[in-house]
Parts: sequence; structure tokens; C-alpha cells
Amino acid sequence: MATKSKAKKKSPVKTVRRDRAPARVKSAVQRPNGRDTQHAVEQFLYRQAEILDGKRWQDYIDLFAEDGVYWMPPDPSHTTWDGMPAIFAEDRNLMTVRMKRVLHPDAWSQRPLWGTNHVVGNVVIEKESPNGDVVARSRFHMLELRRDDIRHFAGRYVHHLRKTRDGFRIKLQRVDMTNAQAAYDYVLQVWV
Amino acid sequence: MLQENVADLSKYVEPDRVRREVYTDAQIYELEMQRIHEKVWIYCGHESQVPQPGDYYTVQIGRQPMVMVRGKDRKVHVLYNRCPHRGNMICGDRHGSAGEFFRCSYHAWTFHHDGKLRSIPMMDSGYQGTRWGRDNPDCNMKPAARVAAYRGFVFASLVADGPDLVEFLGRSKIAFDDICDRSPEGEVEVVPNCFRVVQRSNWKIFLENQLDALHPSVTHQSTGRAAREVEIEIEKRTGHAPLSYHMLSAFATVTIDKWDAFQTLNYPYGHCILTGYMGLRPKDPDTLEYERVLAKAYGEKRKEEILSTNIHHVLIYPGLSVQSPLQQLRAVRPLGVDKTLTEIWHFRLKGAPEPIYRRALAYYNLVNSPSTMINADDLENFWKCHSGLASNGGDWVSFHRHYGRDLEKGGVVETGPNMGTSEAPMRNQMKAWAQYMTAEK
Ligand code: FES
Ligand SMILES: [Fe+2]
Repeated sequence: MATKSKAKKKSPVKTVRRDRAPARVKSAVQRPNGRDTQHAVEQFLYRQAEILDGKRWQDYIDLFAEDGVYWMPPDPSHTTWDGMPAIFAEDRNLMTVRMKRVLHPDAWSQRPLWGTNHVVGNVVIEKESPNGDVVARSRFHMLELRRDDIRHFAGRYVHHLRKTRDGFRIKLQRVDMTNAQAAYDYVLQVWV
Repeated sequence: MLQENVADLSKYVEPDRVRREVYTDAQIYELEMQRIHEKVWIYCGHESQVPQPGDYYTVQIGRQPMVMVRGKDRKVHVLYNRCPHRGNMICGDRHGSAGEFFRCSYHAWTFHHDGKLRSIPMMDSGYQGTRWGRDNPDCNMKPAARVAAYRGFVFASLVADGPDLVEFLGRSKIAFDDICDRSPEGEVEVVPNCFRVVQRSNWKIFLENQLDALHPSVTHQSTGRAAREVEIEIEKRTGHAPLSYHMLSAFATVTIDKWDAFQTLNYPYGHCILTGYMGLRPKDPDTLEYERVLAKAYGEKRKEEILSTNIHHVLIYPGLSVQSPLQQLRAVRPLGVDKTLTEIWHFRLKGAPEPIYRRALAYYNLVNSPSTMINADDLENFWKCHSGLASNGGDWVSFHRHYGRDLEKGGVVETGPNMGTSEAPMRNQMKAWAQYMTAEK
């Protein structure tokens, strides 16, 4: 885990890995903790996916910082959710509305058999700040079953993670779906 | 001929009920496309979607792939998206720029933005002595028979006769007046994003739902309640919850009896208006600032008129549902008897303060985006309706609610006092449907 003394170093030691392409070395420069951070972030992302597939909505919301935002732009060119059309742009309050809706016994569209399966991979640490905050990108693939219908959603996550005493909390999760611009056969009921 | 296989369609529609085949029969669907969608004025898009010459947007009218394009003459043209050579679609992307001219990807015929033939490779050597060539109008991309715009909203009709656009819209044109007048400049521009959501149900089921004032408090109760709980919690914590929570919680707090206080107005050609204001005129500083800007542009009296326009939804039959106070609309594109695409757009009031745009945007994102917590339950109902209607469990769809109590004044059917949940809009739509479907010899 990150320690203050390590993080303060001006030019951190490069972690050299045999399997890394030269282009990656640059990002390693920004990563004081290398392998530790990589591991911690991967574990965080895998757990988040597990929580989502497990329909543990409150636990999912609690992964977000108090000021955290879940954002899915309709177009990859968007650089902010603020004042822009968005498929999702939800703070914890709106996420709570969504949770309460799906838990309500009269959420008709929630009644049928419904489940998801997320696979997350290609985790790359983009940036690690001296205070331990991390920006990480990854890829996901999700299969959803509703009644007899299967849908696939895939794309890229960018997590802006804040380091806290209880582990990472999400400041911003950006979700760029490859199929964001495709017509939606039915809707997205919860976060992807 | 198709029509000979279908029994007398006038028997399918009675003033208070409709046979289920109207929604589920594939042959009737084909006839609807012929007799309604490919005849009447259909919404194509807003002029600001194609600002520069060569900019285009493809659009489906009935079963016809069309393309709306801005010409060098600044006019907006609507053409069949089809090459006169061997039939290739000219525009393969949903939208983009054709540049100086259209160029077919198959054998490189080129066309001006108005569809006129520009060039054929080796025209002289290849076509001399044939009946195909520059002088033959069949060598152009075929234009829609009629194209017209009302306050920047472009419509096309694929037949030459019939009422003109303004006559067709009649009183429903208030949808566009209400959208545009709320801008101090009297104009809107499109927010460059289209949410597209497919419904697994017949197109009419969606249209009938749009003015069904009885359903929200039942269908949307879960979201309304959830939003209300969080709204109260935020109010407790901070003293004030953003308006977007109210937009959602209203679905639960406006109970069935309160929806009855709304009113529907039903017009010729199947158009309808649902009145009812969703509390969009609060007294916060942003709204007051906006009111000042409007008063400056229009004067106090006109400003009051504009802001007290009492509209929830305007339905322009058979393909458009407009929420003018929030500057958004849904265009309905039937894809098949049991499949319907909605294209959902939001518009920015030119010259209005940014917070007013953001307020409407919140509704667009929360209610009309693909993550909608509202339409999620509508679409579920639509699918179930369609599936139920496909069964032999009954022959009729009932539109009896407050039947016989409507008030008719000069061709406009108004629901009676405190009968806002009347099924008058469904009766009105089916009346227009029957007129269109049986008009043909
Ligand atoms: S089909 Fe278009 S040029 Fe041949
Ligand atoms: Fe609804």
C-alpha cells in the first residue's frame, strides 16, 4: 500500500516488468507503487463488478465517495457530464432513487427474471497521485438476461479513485459503452 | 392485392372499442404504412440538425428510407435514400455530411443536394442512344412529394395531395409555438444528441399511452415513491431539493384523482393535447431571471401568456409526441407490427439563461434517456399489452372510460370537467385511424 514517504519521492523507481511494452514504461513513472496499486485497483474493480451482479445496490452506492458521480456519456467525445445529455449522470442521491425504485414491489419491469454478469479486465493505471488517488482505465463486458432475452454491453471504464482509510472510493466513474450510440432494445435499469 | 385479403376495416373500429387485430395483424400494419405513414405529414427533424450545406440525417417514413439534407440554396430537402441506377442507398450512415454532392458508393453516380443528377461516369460513351441520361427525371434521387417546415421543424409527406402542413397540424401546432415562444429569440436549436429506444409493441400502443392520464400513478409508482423519499431526505438535510426530484416524484404524488383534474383536447386528424403543468414555474432566482429576460423580449403581458401555456403533452398523430414546456419530443418510427423505434430529442431555448436549459436537460436525462426510470415501466406494459392482444383471450380493446361524456365544440372534443383520465384521446386517435384506413377505394 502507498506510504507517504514513498509517494513524496520526485522520481520514483521504475518498476520494470518483462511483459511490459516500452510504451507502458511512461505510465510506470507516474506510479510510485507499481504492482501494489495495480493489484489493489484490480481487486477493487472485480469486487465492484461482483457487487453489481449480486444486486447489492447499497454496497454498490457505498463504493462512491460522498461527492462521487457515476457517468455514462452517450458519446465518447464528451469531456464532462455537467450540462450535457447523458445516459447516466448520477450522484449518490440519484443512485439511491434508482436503488429504491428497483427494490419497490411495484417496479413492474423488475419482476421478471433478470440478472447480469460482468467481466472486467485490461486494467491499466493511468495515474497515481502522491496522495494515493488513482486514475485507472479498464474494459468490461456484460451479459444481461431478462426473461428469455440476452443483451451484451461492452466498453471502457475510467475510475477516478480516492484513497481513504477504508480503501478506495469512487470520485468519478466514467463508462463509455461501445454500444452507447446503438438503439436500445428496452432500457438500462441499473448501472452497467 | 393486399387489401382484398383484409376484411372491411370499418368493422374493426367502433366509437368506444377497437378490435385487437388493429394492433397485431401484419397485413393491417402494411396497409397502415401505405395509407397513413406514407401519406400524411411525418416529422423528419429540426433544421438545426443540418446547419451546413451537405449535412444530412437519415429518417424512416413508414417503410421508406429517406434522407433530410441541407442544400447549397439553404433549403432543406427530403429525398428517398436510393440511387436511381441500381437502387443502392446513397447514405449509409445515420447522419453526416455529403460534402459538395452525394456520391453513390457503387458506381459513382453523383447528385446535387436537391437530388438532381450531377454526373454519371462516362455518361456520353455509356448512355448515348439509351433512354437513361441527364434529361430523364428518373435519373434523379426522388424527392418527397412535399416538404414543409413549421418554426424550424421539418415535415415531409410522400403524396402530393392532402392538407398542407399548417392545416394538418391545426391546433396541435401549439406544440412548436410553445417550444419556440419560450425562447426570448423565438427560436430553438437542437441539442446534438438523439436517444433511440426500441419498444417491442405496436406503434399505436405508445401513442395511446402518451395521453393516458390514468396510468402514471399506477405504472410509475415505484419511481415516484423512490424519488419522493429521497426528495424529502434532501429537503431535510439541505432545505431544498433540486427540481429534478419533483419531476420524478410527481408521478407518485399526483394521485389518480388529481390526474382527473387535467384535461385532454382532441382534434381532427387524431391530434390531442393533455393539459397539466408539472410545477415548472417555481419562484427561484433562476426562474425569476428567466422571466425578466422573457419580459424584456416580449413585454409583460405576452410573457405571462407564454409562461401560462398549460400543456403537458401534445400528440401529433401518427408519429410525434411533444413535451413543449420541457422542449423535448419523441418521434415514433414503426419498424414492424410489433416493433417501434422512438427517437428522442431535446432543444435549447436560444437566448434563455443556462439554468433553464439545464432544468429541462435533467428531465431529458432522467425520463427520456436509455436509463429512464419512468419509461422502463411503460415499455414493460407496452410489451405485455402487445403480447396479450396477440392472444385469443378477447377480441376487443376497451376505450369506454368516460365515453359519452365528452364535450364537442366545433370539431374539438374536450373531456368533461374532472374527467382528465377519459379515454377520449384513444377514441380520437382511432377515429382518425379509421378515416385514413377506409378513405381509399
Ligand atoms: S447503384 Fe448507385 S451508381 Fe450504381
Ligand atoms: Fe408512462
